[in-house]
Amino acid sequence: MAGKTENMQDVILEARGIDKEFHDPVTVQVLRDITFKVNKGEFVSVIGKSGCGKSTLLYILSTMDTDYTGELYIDRELMSGRPDAELARIRNEKIGFVFQFHYLLNEFTVLRNVMLPGLKLGRYSEQEIEHRAMERLKMLGIDHLAMQSAYRVSGGEKQRVAIARALINDPHIIMGDEPTGNLDKRNSDIVFNIFKELTEVHNQTLLIVTHDTEFAENSHRIIEMEDGRIIRQ
Amino acid sequence: MNFKLIFSIAKSMLLARWRQTLVAAVGVTFSIAMFITLLGFMNGLNDLLDGLILNRTPHVRLYNEIKPSENQPVNVAEQYKNSYNFISSVKAGITRQEIYNSGPILQAVKADERVLGATPKLLAQVFFNEGTIDITGMINGVDVEEESRLFNFQDYVTAGNPIDAKNVANSIILGKGLADILVADIGDVVQVTTAQGERFSLKVVGYFQSGIQEIDKVQSYASIATTQKLLGKPANYMTDIQVKLYDLEQAPAVAREYAQLFQVDAEDIQTANAQFETGSNVRSLISYAVGITLLIVAGFGIFNILNMMIYEKMDSIAILKATGFSGRDVNLVFLVIAMSIGFFGGVLGLLFGFLFSLVIDSIPFNTAALPTITTYPVNYDPMYYFIGGAFSLITTYFAGFFPARKASRVDPVEIIRGK
Repeated sequence: MAGKTENMQDVILEARGIDKEFHDPVTVQVLRDITFKVNKGEFVSVIGKSGCGKSTLLYILSTMDTDYTGELYIDRELMSGRPDAELARIRNEKIGFVFQFHYLLNEFTVLRNVMLPGLKLGRYSEQEIEHRAMERLKMLGIDHLAMQSAYRVSGGEKQRVAIARALINDPHIIMGDEPTGNLDKRNSDIVFNIFKELTEVHNQTLLIVTHDTEFAENSHRIIEMEDGRIIRQ
Repeated sequence: MNFKLIFSIAKSMLLARWRQTLVAAVGVTFSIAMFITLLGFMNGLNDLLDGLILNRTPHVRLYNEIKPSENQPVNVAEQYKNSYNFISSVKAGITRQEIYNSGPILQAVKADERVLGATPKLLAQVFFNEGTIDITGMINGVDVEEESRLFNFQDYVTAGNPIDAKNVANSIILGKGLADILVADIGDVVQVTTAQGERFSLKVVGYFQSGIQEIDKVQSYASIATTQKLLGKPANYMTDIQVKLYDLEQAPAVAREYAQLFQVDAEDIQTANAQFETGSNVRSLISYAVGITLLIVAGFGIFNILNMMIYEKMDSIAILKATGFSGRDVNLVFLVIAMSIGFFGGVLGLLFGFLFSLVIDSIPFNTAALPTITTYPVNYDPMYYFIGGAFSLITTYFAGFFPARKASRVDPVEIIRGK
């Protein structure tokens, strides 16, 4: 975020000829020859009908799903074929996640939830991480909830906590799987505006899977998928 | 690897479900407490029973066995060297029961640094005369002070003062059973006939009670000087030298060494009392088996609870993995959870085990056969506490191993998409 002066044309994420098949119960090809690039600072939405493979693609791009053919580059480094522990470290450092269901750890406070990926990365001291977490909560307007238990805050607030958590390690890219899918209009707008601000003010790269066309149209770029192929980008 | 973080995550997960955690830990506590109590009590009893014999038995006994010479003249003779010689009815020659050179041997043994102490003993077969009836008995001539120091003689003298046997001339401490037969009170005089036919009057100064009835009916004690006088022998006459070592386990080796060095017969305690060792071992084995069974049952309890916990925490595991925790980290979190249950449950178990032992130790236990025992015996050997503690950690590690491995293999995509 702060102090980043990279060229807008820096490629953050690149997919080359990604294919994926499901084998159970019968072999179905869900992704065919997916090839595209995401540049630094872009706000990209991936849209398509249910079952078109957009979520499947997102999980491949996020490195969590490794069962595919083709090549995936994050920050110009090849991800395909790397061991599990290394991918976990890359996710921790370079990718932030926001899911449809908020997925906070209920055992922890809001602040601790935001801090966890930072503590895992261990780049800063604990006090420093706490300070950075508070900064991000403040930026998203939920710093008053910091000491609450994670399960006590409302759905819209949880999604903002999840965004704060995604931001804690200054990731190269934030990926979202229908981050507004479970929110009402008001909270959806809040979340969208946060994304917009992140990309415009902080030059944050975003890749969001959604079926909310209004959300998609307001982003910088739309990748549309149908039957496992990209039909428009 | 950030262990502090792993520990803090494990701690939060444990405390979030503290009731479940408590149930699992109570299982461990209970089994460890029982393990400690059982072993302590069982081994206390073992020690007591062994002590009945072992405390009073010399670790090495030096004596001179009456037996025929191994080198019969015909075997030594030059002209019969290459033939088979059959000799029947071989008799012991002019061997004596006495230990030759007893004084220097006693001194040499006492100077050995492995030896706690050595004391002479003199056995005399006698008849106690009760009216016209003769009762066979055995008088042990002992050095009362050394016998008390090395073999707890004073513990078994239930009436009278043991040192009187030395201080009062011609005195005897009778076995309780024998005294009952002879109807002899303390201060009475009993008539004794030796194997050589000499008659003596001995004054009863105490009763002796070993806890084994058969022994008490036969054995009695007198000072070594009195016994020598009884047998008409000089002051250096002794039939046994009893040796007590610092380390019981060395007895067989020391016995072999002395037998060779002093040209006497030597018997070690392990050979003399093999059956006691066997009994103790079997009892220990049973208590270990019961204790370990308890722990394994507790281990299954922990296994179940952790398995349930993993199903409950699927979302948390998925999110940890999505945000950059590796399978190894997740595995560690659950192992730490299991082992903290084991650790805290185990520590409490050791504490409760100790308390239960104290309770048992204070329950009165009086028996005529065991004059020195007033409460149930308990052994507080730190070894049991160490074994119990180690076992609680090992069991919980294995109980946590498979659930933790399962957790580490959770595919976050499946969980996140599965909603």
